[in-house]
Amino acid sequence: MINFGYTRAATIGEAIQAVAGDPQARFIAGGTNLVDLMKYGVERPGRLVDITRLPLKHMEDTPGGGLKIGALVPNSDLAYDARVERDYPLLSSAILAGASAQLRNAATTGGNLLQRTRCYYFYDAAAPCNKREPGSGCSAIGGVTRVHAILGASSSCIATHPSDMCVALAALGATVHVEGPDGARTVAFEDFHRLPGDAPEKDNTLAHGEMVTAIELPAPRFGSNHSYLKLRDRLSYAFALVSVAAAVELDGDRIAEARVALGGVAHKPWRVPEAEALLKGETPSPDAFGKAADRLLEGAVGQGENDFKIELARRAVIRALSQAAAGTPQVQSNKIVN
Amino acid sequence: MSNVHPYVGRAEPRVDGALKVTGRAKYAAEFRADDMVYAAAVPATIAKGRIVALDLSRALSAPGVLDILTHENRPEIPESDEPYLNDMVAVPGSPFRPLKDDRIVYGGQAIALVIADTHENARHAASLVAAEYEAETPVVDVAAARGEAYDTFEPRDGIPPPPPPRGDAEAAFEGSAIRLRHDYRVAPEHHNPMEMMATTVVWEGEGRLTIHTKTQGVINPKNYICAVFGLDPDKVIVNSPFVGGAFGMALRPHYDLMLATMAALKLERSVRLVLTRAQMYTMGWRPDTLQTVALSASADGALTSISHHAVQATSRYEDYQEPTVNWSGLLYDCPNVSLKYELAKIDTATPSDMRAPGATLGVYALEAAMDELSYELGIDPLELRLKNYAERDGNDDKPFSSKELKAAYAQGAERFGWSKRSPEPRSMRDGKELVGLGMATGCWEAMMQPHSASATLSADGRLEVACGTADIGTGTYTILSQIAADEFGLDIGDVTARVGDTTLPMAPVEGGSWGAASAGNAVRAACKALKEDLLKHARGLDGSPLSNAAIDHVAFANGRIALGSDESQSVSFADAVRASGQAAVSAKADFAPDEDFSKKFAAYTHSAVFAEVKVDEELGVIRVTRVVSAIAAGKILNLATARSQILGGVVMGIGMALHEETLWDKRLGRVVNANLGEYHVPAHADIQNIDVIFVEEDDKANPLGVKGLGEIGIVGAAAAIANAVFHATGRRVRDLPITIEKLL
Ligand SMILES: Cc1cc2nc3c(=O)[nH]c(=O)nc-3n(C[C@H](O)[C@H](O)[C@H](O)COP(=O)(O)OP(=O)(O)OC[C@H]3O[C@@H](n4cnc5c(N)ncnc54)[C@H](O)[C@@H]3O)c2cc1C
Ligand code: SF4
Repeated sequence: MINFGYTRAATIGEAIQAVAGDPQARFIAGGTNLVDLMKYGVERPGRLVDITRLPLKHMEDTPGGGLKIGALVPNSDLAYDARVERDYPLLSSAILAGASAQLRNAATTGGNLLQRTRCYYFYDAAAPCNKREPGSGCSAIGGVTRVHAILGASSSCIATHPSDMCVALAALGATVHVEGPDGARTVAFEDFHRLPGDAPEKDNTLAHGEMVTAIELPAPRFGSNHSYLKLRDRLSYAFALVSVAAAVELDGDRIAEARVALGGVAHKPWRVPEAEALLKGETPSPDAFGKAADRLLEGAVGQGENDFKIELARRAVIRALSQAAAGTPQVQSNKIVN
Repeated sequence: MSNVHPYVGRAEPRVDGALKVTGRAKYAAEFRADDMVYAAAVPATIAKGRIVALDLSRALSAPGVLDILTHENRPEIPESDEPYLNDMVAVPGSPFRPLKDDRIVYGGQAIALVIADTHENARHAASLVAAEYEAETPVVDVAAARGEAYDTFEPRDGIPPPPPPRGDAEAAFEGSAIRLRHDYRVAPEHHNPMEMMATTVVWEGEGRLTIHTKTQGVINPKNYICAVFGLDPDKVIVNSPFVGGAFGMALRPHYDLMLATMAALKLERSVRLVLTRAQMYTMGWRPDTLQTVALSASADGALTSISHHAVQATSRYEDYQEPTVNWSGLLYDCPNVSLKYELAKIDTATPSDMRAPGATLGVYALEAAMDELSYELGIDPLELRLKNYAERDGNDDKPFSSKELKAAYAQGAERFGWSKRSPEPRSMRDGKELVGLGMATGCWEAMMQPHSASATLSADGRLEVACGTADIGTGTYTILSQIAADEFGLDIGDVTARVGDTTLPMAPVEGGSWGAASAGNAVRAACKALKEDLLKHARGLDGSPLSNAAIDHVAFANGRIALGSDESQSVSFADAVRASGQAAVSAKADFAPDEDFSKKFAAYTHSAVFAEVKVDEELGVIRVTRVVSAIAAGKILNLATARSQILGGVVMGIGMALHEETLWDKRLGRVVNANLGEYHVPAHADIQNIDVIFVEEDDKANPLGVKGLGEIGIVGAAAAIANAVFHATGRRVRDLPITIEKLL
């Protein structure tokens, strides 16, 4: 084992300072991703700053009628929270579509955002990988690419972001609360993760030492017309080949507003406001959904093995929007796709 | 408690269940010794080529490191293949030996062994070993090697090559109105048992070693290690009381055994080596196989020809064989059969036996083709099988020792509701989902091997039975206890079974589903011998009420030997033991299969597998909602453990049909999904109702009437599912696993 220092932070400020002042330091929350990566030799932190005792485990209503979720709220608690189940069922559903019960118990809200790609080559310390070792090359391109990106990839990296929860957060328009050595700031969810470009080592826009302290959800919407549809290689305990978080607000029989985010297809949850705008004023129909899907997937390119994801994503968008519009969301405990 | 005998035939709980769930059952990596040190193997990062230079400096100066073994500094090991061929499961070729020289013959091959004071230090230092290679381009795809396929290999010991052709399959095919020829592929798979390969070598001093290693038969690592290192067999004990799943991968000694022993001998102290999960993909696997099946039939459905050709991957250094096509010559009654089996060399580790090796792949292809034929003919798939039912084994032209496959078809179909199936593909629906019902036949050898066993009764009334076989999780401890308890009329709690140790009576490796029949009959024979001895001692007692009794005239029950004609005339077990003048009476017996019988009869187990799938066609999502597996496998010793074997086989079949695939990067020659997160075995959500039926089957091949059933459960399962997917969707996917994109 590579030795590392371990500090248990007593306050948020202390934690931030400990990490900000040491380029080799990392926050550790549930550890379900970071510890794996350490075992694979992918992450080699010199120091772990344990944040699990910090007072970030609460959920509170915001003055605007929204909900602020502490970064250390376990994924399970969040998914089964009565308010979340009632007001943000899309989020609850997306969380329950991911990982396993044991992992969800340990995983935290902040950690989920920061989990790293599942690209096979990222985990294989002997393979060149720009994300792991900037400038070393991308082994995935031309290799086993079935699980890789079809949107927003670059010639440096074709990895996807693996989270389910984040796809729902993107669709719901969440805000990320961040605190760093220079104070606190908020980041719109769509600006939190980034595309690989020529710096795939950066998954997101956090600076070293910045901590996610909370996720804020706007006032509840889409409570009855939503769906999280996840397609994967087995019916549970697998990352998404393609997933869709869909939500619509109906005005009579017309769509007043729609949200669609895709998971498993890009370096970040994929949302295209123009695609959503196409649905405004439309009556729900496979045709209308198909047009939005086409816009959402504009520019999609496969790597060969993953070409199928483009058509799969299109069909999944249509199905998820249909489920949402019909008020019959995908149930995560029953694997029948309705 | 009222009389619970016979235990045999009941759903008796596992006798080792409590040990397992409380963590008291010890596995190879859990044994320890006072001075023990820890080893870690360093994997090669190329798949083919040679090591040009090794830099150990950083690793050697890492904390806790005691030594690093490489091909350059290792102790002497034999050059010739001979000693390594003491592996009784070796295949033709030159067996792999780690750290032999600078050659890299597969990805992940061990290039060094780091030995340190702790497991963590060893693993860390292993990551610091730097190697410089001269890499060559590997081939890890059998399709790419197909052009160099050959059938000139020396046949593998104990594995019959395909039989010669019978009739003229080609002419019959050409002359038949109904015919089809298709290619099938099943993705390569790995075993993925829970327990990693591991060896703990305990240095006992004075040249004595006790080796705890994961194995399907302790005798094999013992013979191997003694031959390779020139050790005195009297000074080596191999012990493996529990095995956390093996499925064939622990038949042959792997590099953990050789390296741990090498290190222990060099350092003269105890060493433990546990392979990593990723390293579990650097050894035995179900080989990548390309198959072509051609079938023809007359209009009434009678098969006129079967041709089956397989090209299977093997390593550069060995000719592993599981003649995938053989079952196509005996499953149906057909006058014209042509079977061809070839190998093609690729740059991977040698494949290995994996649950029903050969049959799992070959019967899948045959049964998928039979399903296709049924649609060509417009005949119900089950009826087509019955129409071509084989009453004799066409390969060997022998009658079957027993074959209740017809009963399995009938009972399986009844339980499943096969008659409610509408024949047209795409004709059944449930809401948004298409429903498909498919079926297939399974078949596997009923084998036996010579085994010895002992039985010992002590004065306190406890019975111990022992045999050097292995319990790889199948329930061997339990069935041996059941058999012995019945022989003596004892409560099963008064019986202890021991397996997995070279100090116990000899048994070969546990594989091929021969364990229950072989070890079971050996234990039965040992119990019978012990009963004779006890009766002799009982008869010798002063004024013994049994003085004239023959063994046929007495019963062993309630702790006593009693006259059958007058139960009041009896001697207690304790008195009989005491009469021997010893603390316990022990007897040993050998069991060997009846050669005459096997010359006359072909012995197989059979299954009829029925599967229901529900398919969301648009999204390519398949759910296996029901499976009925009806098994004809002779006498069932324990309904609970037997059922578990079939359930496990079906689950593995679902994995093969829908999920499992070892992915090699073709450029790097390495497995990229070498972990249980990305290599997809079925999860609980993928498994719904599985119903197991055991049909009555009276077999005379051995006294217990047992055939064995560790493997039959998987055979045919994938075909039944793939056939159901066709029935649901009208799409024939001939390339397993049927992942989402194949249905889009
Ligand atoms: C086998 C397996 C299957 C899985 N399947 C799925 C799945 O299907 N879908 C899915 O969405 N997820 C899945 N996961 C991933 C799981 O959701 C993540 O591992 C988990 O959410 C990470 O949370 P954590 O608290 O354990 O993070 P940690 O492992 O503790 O940390 C992860 C990263 O986040 C950083 N970090 C943690 N908290 C903060 C913070 N507050 N501020 C700044 N940085 C922080 C750490 O420094 C680290 O870099 C799976 C994981 C495993 C192991
Ligand atoms: S896709 Fe990205 S993560 Fe994967 S190998 Fe390429 S650079 Fe690394």
